[in-house]
Amino acid sequence: MKYRAPTSIEQAVELLASHSGARAFAGATDLIPQIQAGRPEPSMVVDLKRIPQTGVLENRNGHWRVGAAVPAARLTSDRHLVAAFPGLAEGTGLIGSDQIQGRATLGGNLCNASPAADSVPPLVALGAEAVIVGPRGKRSLPVSEVVIGPGVTSLDQAEFITEFRIPTPLRGAADAYERFIPRTEMDIAVVGSAARIRVDTQGRCQEAAVVLGAVAPTVVEVGAATEILGGRKIPEAPDQDPIWEELGNAAEASCNPIDDKRGTVEFRRRVARVLACRTVATAARRARESL
Amino acid sequence: MTRTVVTCVVNGDPVDFLCHDHQTLLSALRDELGLTGTKEGCGTGDCGACSVILDGRLVCSCLVLAPEVEGRSIGTIEGMANGQHLHPLQESFLQGAAFQCGVCTPGFLMAAQALLENNPSPTETEVRYGVAGNLCRCTGYDKIVRSILDAAARMRDSDAQRR
Repeated sequence: MKYRAPTSIEQAVELLASHSGARAFAGATDLIPQIQAGRPEPSMVVDLKRIPQTGVLENRNGHWRVGAAVPAARLTSDRHLVAAFPGLAEGTGLIGSDQIQGRATLGGNLCNASPAADSVPPLVALGAEAVIVGPRGKRSLPVSEVVIGPGVTSLDQAEFITEFRIPTPLRGAADAYERFIPRTEMDIAVVGSAARIRVDTQGRCQEAAVVLGAVAPTVVEVGAATEILGGRKIPEAPDQDPIWEELGNAAEASCNPIDDKRGTVEFRRRVARVLACRTVATAARRARESL
Repeated sequence: MTRTVVTCVVNGDPVDFLCHDHQTLLSALRDELGLTGTKEGCGTGDCGACSVILDGRLVCSCLVLAPEVEGRSIGTIEGMANGQHLHPLQESFLQGAAFQCGVCTPGFLMAAQALLENNPSPTETEVRYGVAGNLCRCTGYDKIVRSILDAAARMRDSDAQRR
């Protein structure tokens, strides 16, 4: 295995395009364990961390630019980013231990293409776009279209993500993320849920996005969320209000989970219902507080 | 097979070493630089025994490729004591009997040091989360957690005295 650390996008694309077994990486927190577990070693690994664009972190002209190779620890300690996207910070902060946080990145969490990736539901809920570069130049793709199945992305072999562009939240908008795991730390989501809510000055919901992780081959959006929540006042917490029954039913209907040692199909559907409601309540509360 | 020269800083000293591209930082520290204080546990980032500080961030050295550290700065357990003077965390671990076999200890100390740098007054829960990436199969963690809290208190006291 050869190691290369290009310092420009052009060099990186050239390396990936001219070596069929080459693989791009950033934090290596998935790459190295996969090799240790017996997956074939790539003929070349291309380190994206020395390309300046992959390390960008700024809020400018109506959107945040978040470099694909910025470590989680830097994201979760940036108070402006945490204030703008508390849910994305929650999801990112749940990826592994402090040691993993020092290395893991949003680009890697997305392109590893696990259905249970904790930073992906918030990115999708926020309407983030991935800026992708490759032999044919630069293109932009909604994050929801990057992963097409477990371990599989829609990117070509010589393409990689340089950064994410996330719309700066409008007044009255906020997000939230929660996951269920059987322990308190160091585990993979059995179900994850991200919500983004925007309310008007009267507290009525204007926009809603609910995105579930670990309940289908890719993250899934609860399509009916806007229809159910739009124009209504969202209660403080999941209670007897019929809004939660409707939202829970829609969340369950969006799931297509698997049975495995960490959760049955039935359990995952049930937890998806609970977490969808909780994250909507939290995002809505944060959205009202931001007015 | 060709080897690459890597130039970096280890515990404050400029260092060169030769490594293969597929070698991990853990292997380079132990096998090329003779710094065997950093231990290998799982080799997959789950146990934290190989924890080091890379450019100010706590990382598992088994999940870093050795050539990645060109131009970077690394802190290992060998740099923790100041000459003959142990770090307060090391003193606390000794006094609190916070280890038995000792294989996890360097990793716990590095993680604890990183935790206290960010948060000098952690609660017990914060300490437990701070070392969640470190596994110990001997102690049951309680003595480790108490020793970290004890060291934090002593470090705050000596900080206050200096002011």
